[in-house]
Amino acid sequence: MQNWIDAYSWINIRFLLQGLGITIFISVISVVLSFIFGSILGIIRYAKIPYFSRIVGFIIDVVRNLPLLLIIFFTYFGLPAFGFKPDTIPAAILAMTFFESMMIAEIIRSGILAVDIGQMEAARAQGMKLGQAMWHVILPQAYKKMIPALVSQFISLIKDTSLATIIVVPELMQHGQVVYGQNPNYIIPVFVIMAVMYFVVCYALSLLSRYIDHRMA
Amino acid sequence: MKKFKYVTLLITSLLLVLTLAGCGSQPLSSQNVLENDKQTNTITWGVKADQKLIGLIDVKDGQEKGFEIDLAKAITKKVLGKNGKAKFVTVTSQSRIPLLKNGNIDAIIATMSILPDRKKVIDFSDSYFSAGQSILVKKGSSIKSVKDLNGKTVTSAVGSNSVENIQKIAPKARVLQLPDFAQALTALKSGQGEAMTTDNVILAGLAVENPGYKLVGGTFTTEPYGIGINKGQGDFKKAINKGLKEVIADGTYNKLIMKWFGNVPGFNYKEVLRK
Amino acid sequence: MIKLLVDNWSAFISGFGWTVLSSIVALFFSLIIGSLFAILEVMPSKTARVIGNIYVEIFRNIPLLVITMFFYLVIPLYVVKINGFTAGTIGLTIYTSAFIAETVRSGINSVDIGQMEASRAQGMTFWQAMRYIVLPQAFKLVIPPLGNQFINLVKNSSVLAFVAGFDLMYQGNAIASTTFETVNTYIVVGVFYLVITLPISYYMQHLERKLA
Repeated sequence: MQNWIDAYSWINIRFLLQGLGITIFISVISVVLSFIFGSILGIIRYAKIPYFSRIVGFIIDVVRNLPLLLIIFFTYFGLPAFGFKPDTIPAAILAMTFFESMMIAEIIRSGILAVDIGQMEAARAQGMKLGQAMWHVILPQAYKKMIPALVSQFISLIKDTSLATIIVVPELMQHGQVVYGQNPNYIIPVFVIMAVMYFVVCYALSLLSRYIDHRMA
Repeated sequence: MKKFKYVTLLITSLLLVLTLAGCGSQPLSSQNVLENDKQTNTITWGVKADQKLIGLIDVKDGQEKGFEIDLAKAITKKVLGKNGKAKFVTVTSQSRIPLLKNGNIDAIIATMSILPDRKKVIDFSDSYFSAGQSILVKKGSSIKSVKDLNGKTVTSAVGSNSVENIQKIAPKARVLQLPDFAQALTALKSGQGEAMTTDNVILAGLAVENPGYKLVGGTFTTEPYGIGINKGQGDFKKAINKGLKEVIADGTYNKLIMKWFGNVPGFNYKEVLRK
Repeated sequence: MIKLLVDNWSAFISGFGWTVLSSIVALFFSLIIGSLFAILEVMPSKTARVIGNIYVEIFRNIPLLVITMFFYLVIPLYVVKINGFTAGTIGLTIYTSAFIAETVRSGINSVDIGQMEASRAQGMTFWQAMRYIVLPQAFKLVIPPLGNQFINLVKNSSVLAFVAGFDLMYQGNAIASTTFETVNTYIVVGVFYLVITLPISYYMQHLERKLA
């Protein structure tokens, strides 16, 4: 019991909360960036530009089907071979963004496909260019449909940040490692409190998404 | 369709820039780490973040603390002068060599033994500490020495050479590699293995908080820890070795040993003092 | 890279085998557990719905790594001794079952509610109606998303590496830390994962197109 009380000293909890802060920071930046890149990639794949869309599509498929852990390794250990040496946090953001962009690209593409094809034709018949029709007619509807999928992607991003502990990113999981590095008996209390912290953040997000979904329906 | 052409153009040019950036940077072998560090007045060290007594982040202020951290700071001052700064990047046994080779860090001081296999890929300074591999078991265990490990399960951490040593000395032992030493100990405590093995200093640090466990059988290997440096950095290596000698000569080294290992049960600090 | 593959062939293959085994076992059990909780979530009884909801929400919102470490480190301390492979596979099963429950539940919900009422009016019990009328239709609807869950499962099985589960990633880590060929090792590991996931992914895309 004493181990649990000691493990939950304010100093330790504060250190874990700092880790949670980094986790959220990495996730928010990555989700914003991957939303932008994902949209571009998704539209490219949808647009069926000869060769180019196919190549992009193939890259999306390959990356989506690899474990994120591998992508993190490649970013941190592989990129420096090209003269680019990111620190751990930028490396994590880069890896997450790269991986999530591909995931979001697929969500966007299927979101666009789900919007009635007739709408595109109607918009084009009105004299709109493809880009205009996309921007003003198709995308707003597609994004609306995709909100739940996008939020659940964001939640998995927050959870997946825990994998970045393998390259010693100072996020929640790694801070947990440091806390029980002081005393190996803290290991179980630390895992329990980390589970609670992840749960609170992710569950709050999923409630939020349900609320938005409800309001829009 | 026009908009897409722009997007295509944008991405192609982005890729081009990235490739060019890659070509533009100098290969590591032609850079002089010592010159670079003198210009920036900083040496970047790869250190452990989760190893008590050796290199552990203090949860109060987020600073790395431990024997290796203090030693790195002392050597930095000898190499760069009084105002020289030591920058720390936290590494694991798994990530330290790739990060050194990639140039993220200038030197590794992270409980790394000087080994022939590692010497093929990186250079080492003179040894700054002599550890030895040992085993940790529950009090009352039937395991008394490394020979008893045959047929038993032993826990350790990924990327440490402890695993290879065990496989040579007790080839029938089954080894479980965990991500860090605290987890390896917890795996031992939860019955995943009958013993845990790695260098005695690390085990001693873990045993401090776990009086039910003890080191047995003494050390069965000698593990001279060295500072890892990239190949082709002769000047830097000379400077580090000179710094290390000075730190030992002026008594700083022994002070640090006393500070960190002065009263660790099961670890005789007098054996590692240097004259 | 070829030399690396040849030199460590047996390690890669055994890692591949453990990854496949873990994925299949976890898929099988998470399908069963997931479907059970999906049914709980649509049962008339409020208690059942609450239990189903709590299970799904808890395991969907905690990282798989945390769940797995918990099973590996805590269960053997108090309950029964399990190795990393078993602990990892159990963690994987529970985590995935929460997602499968969500998928199956949405499938059940999209089957016309009138069908359930009609079968009940015919004198069928809730379970009979579920078993013979609703579930068969629901499963057909959710095959593509279930395929995606399986791909995620294979990818997620890489957390076994954290608990010494002998899988591909674990072998990759061990090989990388002895050969120092970090990037090449992970490229080979990546190819092995793609051998499993890419065909499933393309088959699912094909199925989706056929069903649409």
